[in-house]
Amino acid sequence: MSATNQSKAFQSRIGEALGNQQAHTNFRSAMNMLMENRLKQFPDQEELLHKRQRADAIRAHALRNLPALLEKLEQKLVENGIQVHWAENGEEANALIHQLLSQAGARSVVKGKSMVSEEIDLNHYMEERGIKVLESDLGEFILQLAGETPSHIVMPAIHKSKQEIAELLNRHFPEHPYSEDVDTLTQQARQILRDQFRQADAGISGVNFMVAETGTLCLVENEGNGRMTTTVPPLHIAVTGIEKVVELLSDVPPLLELLTKSATGQPITAYFNMISRPRQTGEMDGPQEVHLVLLDNGRSHIRRDEELLDTLRCIRCGSCINHCPVYVQVGGHAYGTVYPGPIGSVLEPMRQGLDKIGALTSACSLCGACGQVCPVQIPLPKLINRLRAEAVTQQVETQGVKGQGSLRKLLEVWTWKGWRLIFGSGLRYRLFKLLATRLRRLTPPKMGGWSRYRTVAKPASRSLDEMAAKAGFDHE
Amino acid sequence: MSNAREAVLGRLRTNGSDQLGRSIPSQVDDTSLGREEKRQLFTQQLQAAHAEVHHLQDGDWVNWINRELPQRGVDRLLAGGAPAEALEQGMVNTIELQPYQQPIESWKEALFSHIDASVTSTEGGIASTGTVVVWPTPQEPRLMSLVPPIHIALVDSERLCDTFEQMMNADQWAERLPTNALLISGPSKTADIQQVLAYGVHGPKQLIVLLLG
Repeated sequence: MSATNQSKAFQSRIGEALGNQQAHTNFRSAMNMLMENRLKQFPDQEELLHKRQRADAIRAHALRNLPALLEKLEQKLVENGIQVHWAENGEEANALIHQLLSQAGARSVVKGKSMVSEEIDLNHYMEERGIKVLESDLGEFILQLAGETPSHIVMPAIHKSKQEIAELLNRHFPEHPYSEDVDTLTQQARQILRDQFRQADAGISGVNFMVAETGTLCLVENEGNGRMTTTVPPLHIAVTGIEKVVELLSDVPPLLELLTKSATGQPITAYFNMISRPRQTGEMDGPQEVHLVLLDNGRSHIRRDEELLDTLRCIRCGSCINHCPVYVQVGGHAYGTVYPGPIGSVLEPMRQGLDKIGALTSACSLCGACGQVCPVQIPLPKLINRLRAEAVTQQVETQGVKGQGSLRKLLEVWTWKGWRLIFGSGLRYRLFKLLATRLRRLTPPKMGGWSRYRTVAKPASRSLDEMAAKAGFDHE
Repeated sequence: MSNAREAVLGRLRTNGSDQLGRSIPSQVDDTSLGREEKRQLFTQQLQAAHAEVHHLQDGDWVNWINRELPQRGVDRLLAGGAPAEALEQGMVNTIELQPYQQPIESWKEALFSHIDASVTSTEGGIASTGTVVVWPTPQEPRLMSLVPPIHIALVDSERLCDTFEQMMNADQWAERLPTNALLISGPSKTADIQQVLAYGVHGPKQLIVLLLG
């Protein structure tokens, strides 16, 4: 996509989002609630800072030692009877998972909420090959019925109203009476999905933390669908990014605490599920086979860069999204990516290239809120700023992000050059000021994109220092 | 695709040196709660998460089951291990005790449709988050605390810890993790429909914690 097309497509998605009043109201109230709830969990700012520093250090340590920890993890998992697979990209991960499902003769598959499975578009891949993958998280289930994608990484269906959901369920499952009562809807979904859990040949899940020391896969959830998915079917396949590993089991509690408190303001979720083995002899349930697919998909490339490396610390809490003044206005779909908001504006250009989706970085006011709330202290504003610079740079380097310089526009370049010329000399600056104030009637009434939503500011008849001098202030 | 493994690890090894030294700040507040404080906090946190908590004398929980469950319409109660033994001795016969002695495959249908409640033992509890710690065993399998609409967890009040971290370290989890370890901190819940909290979406609609001793 050319730079102009990319920006135009982004702007048209924004326009669409701003026009959807219902979604807008939902985002505003949901983000308000999430921010308030988070704040209640962290009454002491100093303590919070210490916790963030600790979590940051744990994740940074894991990333520094990534190859060694991944090997340790693999060794432990294999000892425990969990089979480990590696995938360079989404295509490979999907092919691997498809192969595992085919070998097991699996036709019906349930899946827990997993952003990595969204990243690799797993559902479509399997569907094209005749395997139906049913989303079992309530929000994801609703979206699957609606044929939509998540608009938030923690609350995927936050853009939908209960009326929309009621209609959707009734249309797909007319045997259940129409209701707009949330409890009734939830119970209907429970019945529908319970049958699916019971019949499923395989379960697919993501992972929140992988522990190298013990060979343990940890999953965080409230609904219990993750536990169902990883316990009822005879085959469990977990898929996740290579960055999710931590060294020690004792690294988990501090991260878990910050994850749930930052994400939804809960001291802990209803379930924290730690899986270390498939079903053992004598045990009555749990899958006979457990597989882990470790996905790279650009992560090892990101790790080469001292600054971009910071993004791999992310524990996917969504707090940066919840606090983003841009996200709350436009919602997740406007970004047109798997990951929206501040973290999406950094991850997605790194993944797809600035030439494809670099325009996302322009939708940032650099207010800094995301960086302040991030539980692992990812300097998001700094990174967004860097990507902006890389998107318009002239010097394309092999390191860094794909598509460097792709958003460079000559008009912009010359405008800034002109600006530098004016501000670079006192004489030119004074001349410019004189012309701008005395010839203010010549200010163009329209200034391209700038004046589409703003009135054009006209210079005053005298400059500030002229007025100040006249009022008796001295220059110093 | 073992070549993917080599390629990924190869790339990771060439950039960024391995420095296994850990320099991670330690937990700042290591305050330890008194016995009564722990019980209180544990109870409060669980209640805040919509769980029911009852403080009972050690031997009294079977009586509680006898008294309460018939009122709640429980006909079939799933139990195994030590709790099942205690129930066999003291339970009134209005409730049918269901063991979990066969692999799930042979009775999935019945487990999903005909069990009203389960009672399980626990490894203990975590006060700061209101959490019961469940380590399923062959006698008390994983789905026991998930599939029935009511889950009753027995927690020994001597086995309450302040935090998850404390429990993990004190009980040396790293050396002895079971197939599956679970932290359960309330009934199954969701806020996926317009942020309205609803309980019992996939797992138990009710979590009842009997704090013993």
